[in-house]
Amino acid sequence: MTNQNTISRESDLSGGEYKWGFVTDVETDLAPKGLSEDIVRLISAKKEEPEWLLEWRLKAYRHWVELEAADAEPKWAMIDYPGIDFQDIYYYAAPKGTSEAPKSLDDVDPEMLETFEKLGIPLQERAALAGVAVDAVFDSVSVATTMEKQLGELGIIFCSFSEAVKNHPDLVKKYLGSVVPYTDNFFATLNAAVFSDGSFAYIPPGVKCPIELMTYFRINTEGSGQFERTLIVADKGAYVSYLEGCTAPFRKTSQLHAATVELVALDDAEIKYSTIQNWFPGTKDGEGGVYNFVTKRGRADTNAKISWTQVETGSAITWKYPSVILKGDNSVGEFFSVALANNHQQADTGTKMIHIGKNTKSTIVSKGISAGKGNNTYRGQVQIMPGAENAVNHTQCDSLLVGDQCGAHTVPYIEVRNPTARLEHEASTSKVSDDQLFYLMARGLSEEEAHHMIITGWSRDVIKELPFEFALEAGQLLKVSLEGAVG
Amino acid sequence: MTLASTPAAVEKFAAAYESHASDSASSPEWLKSLRQQAWSTFSELGLPTKRRGNELWKYTNLQPLAAADFEFGITGTASLDQIKATAPWDDAWNTVVVVDGNFHAELSNLHGTAGLTAGSLVEAIANGTGNVEQQLGSLAGQEDYAFTALSTAFIDDGAYVAIADGTELEHPVQVVFVTSENNASRASYPRLLVDAGANSSVVLIETHVNLAESAQFSAPVVEIFADDGASIRHYRVQMENESSFHLGTTRIAQQGDTDFTSTSFAVGASIARNDIHTLLDAPGASCTLHGLYMTHGAQQQDQEISTTHAKPGCSSDQFYKGILSGKSHAVFSGKVIVKRDAQKSEAGQKDLNLLLSRGAEIDAKPSLEIYADDVVAAHGATAGHVDRDTLFYLQSRGVDEEAAKAILIRGFAEEMLNEFEPEALNEFVEKVTDERIPVLLAESDTIGTA
Repeated sequence: MTNQNTISRESDLSGGEYKWGFVTDVETDLAPKGLSEDIVRLISAKKEEPEWLLEWRLKAYRHWVELEAADAEPKWAMIDYPGIDFQDIYYYAAPKGTSEAPKSLDDVDPEMLETFEKLGIPLQERAALAGVAVDAVFDSVSVATTMEKQLGELGIIFCSFSEAVKNHPDLVKKYLGSVVPYTDNFFATLNAAVFSDGSFAYIPPGVKCPIELMTYFRINTEGSGQFERTLIVADKGAYVSYLEGCTAPFRKTSQLHAATVELVALDDAEIKYSTIQNWFPGTKDGEGGVYNFVTKRGRADTNAKISWTQVETGSAITWKYPSVILKGDNSVGEFFSVALANNHQQADTGTKMIHIGKNTKSTIVSKGISAGKGNNTYRGQVQIMPGAENAVNHTQCDSLLVGDQCGAHTVPYIEVRNPTARLEHEASTSKVSDDQLFYLMARGLSEEEAHHMIITGWSRDVIKELPFEFALEAGQLLKVSLEGAVG
Repeated sequence: MTLASTPAAVEKFAAAYESHASDSASSPEWLKSLRQQAWSTFSELGLPTKRRGNELWKYTNLQPLAAADFEFGITGTASLDQIKATAPWDDAWNTVVVVDGNFHAELSNLHGTAGLTAGSLVEAIANGTGNVEQQLGSLAGQEDYAFTALSTAFIDDGAYVAIADGTELEHPVQVVFVTSENNASRASYPRLLVDAGANSSVVLIETHVNLAESAQFSAPVVEIFADDGASIRHYRVQMENESSFHLGTTRIAQQGDTDFTSTSFAVGASIARNDIHTLLDAPGASCTLHGLYMTHGAQQQDQEISTTHAKPGCSSDQFYKGILSGKSHAVFSGKVIVKRDAQKSEAGQKDLNLLLSRGAEIDAKPSLEIYADDVVAAHGATAGHVDRDTLFYLQSRGVDEEAAKAILIRGFAEEMLNEFEPEALNEFVEKVTDERIPVLLAESDTIGTA
């Protein structure tokens, strides 16, 4: 490494260390550690949930106990971690004082507002100016929601999950678990039993949501699991673009995050879901970091479209497969992903496209970057069911290796049960081209700058799918996350 | 190791193992201990009937095998005419015939070619021929895999082929594994050990034929050792009857600058698996694993193809083609592992499928696991019906639909069939393919323009 100084850095980015590692000192209302039927009842009671929801949680909990007894924690992913002690986790943590809901932003704990400040969330007027509505999830309880009124005029509901349970129980009851049932998988079952809060959005028929809905997640209480549940329903002909961005404070112990996201796109509707995931990846030596075990799935009815875009740079472990069930005829599913694993990070991520309806179409573009001692696996399934006449899938997954201590893996599952389907799968694995590096360095770029430029260009097919603000942040994230990997 | 449930079907094989072990009391000690270890592995594993969370058996259901009953220790006979009628044959080849797992000198056609040792495995074991003690069971037998463990637990006879250093054989060597005509459902464990010396060159044809009509269970295991500079051209022909189970395993260890090229032709069995693993264990080794599979009725064909690049500067190529009709099911599970030190590796992986009917299913899983950065690896997979435009073109020129489809199917297979170079072998696979195409077409569906 010769020209390190030519890279301009933000002053607080010493050596590419985690930028957002601070801890907010807020008194927390903690339930005792561990998981039991009582804890599930406690969570439900704290949130004043109706009986049917408690029953649903309990069914999930009992199912999870069976799965746990049958050792059904998934083992097929290419990730390696010490077993999770599910009895050593806090399943409920709410910022104190929120049992009396804040009446205005002035009532919100100033220290918490400062946290959002550091995160750069445009929470107050800036939110409106930036055209962004934020449902800020601080640990488990939503503390403030902006622009609710403007959206309300269009009939759009955008609120915390708990509020939705109180104010729109029929919608929640109708769609909760309809895409990811509580029996779906080990982590989704756990989430169904203990989910704390999350976001809910409903776009009425024919309405195009005029702004990008946005939510920030933070994991703040040491040793607390975070179990969000997000449900987005786009009614017939509706459109919504939803942004999810995540940063978590610096933590030494590993933290479990098992979220569930359900998307429902009814006939002719479109949902665009974008994620930047930048949770604490652990130290350079692989200590700590977030365990991100997430179930994300959408159902697309006739002529509907669901598009997942993700930039995954954080977490010690990422286990995540945003999927689309192409149930209706002519429905469309898309998955665009950049996943980066540096230092000791492990990412096993990809998608599932399940073609059920006729003339369904799916596109998968996955870019995996491995650096340091990181391991990055693309795992994606394309399933063509017998009735999916003329289904089309195109998959492209490329892997890039930066350094000789990392790993890049590709595991596609292509399952075809209809002869009229057309499927194409292409993949490549390589390192950054020496010729391209030489060309850029001959023109005065440092090795690191050249790498960054090549990698950004290589990821462009995915980055360009992100909403504008996110695209900028994503480019910056890739740069910061890769610092120190070259030279 | 604690197990949640009893390993599947172990008790079914236990009595046979005990009686086999007491019958083979005269075997050398090393072989007895090899069998014992393998049996203890198998009795822990059982048959792989559990599919959930089991990546190796995600798509192939072995419940029918676990549920089937087999008789043990029954052997039958076969005539040379029967073998010649069902297997490729050329008098110029050295052909080793193994019936129900046992070598038969009177059926074999051996010319005493210089530099070639070909014959009975049990004799090679008794005489301590070549490297048999070090090699047998060292590639297939130590692993946690039910079918190599089962086969190794029952190691007895089979075929042994050794090519001396520097020998370049002019004619192919064929090993024919025959299941004899016998109505009892039997289990057999055909075994082949190939020791290719330094700078030797051989064309090796491995053929599996079945004269019985009832359901048979065969778990053939082939171990191939390629010493420095050896070149092996391998063909595998699988022609089991369509009620049988064929769980085949081939393990290859390649030293420096060796070349292993294999083409498989799989049309038989009710449930078949062709599990090949090549270990590229020294710089300059290259391997090519190709194959054609055709399925119809309720057949299941499972290609489990893996290559490990353990050392730098090796290349590998996996390329399979499938033609599926009826309610059949095929699996291609390709895997390329490039280890940390295996820089300058090149790997290709491809699986192309023709789906002719609505009931057929193809599951393809071409996977790459790469731990070195200076690597060029690419893979691809496709599945679809015969191209409608091409079909239309042929029909517009007066070719009827069935004939046009047959032409397109044959054209799809041609690339693989051409790889079968020895004349008698080429004629054989072409004949089987030409007879099979009408069967595939009879069970196909017409795919209209939607």
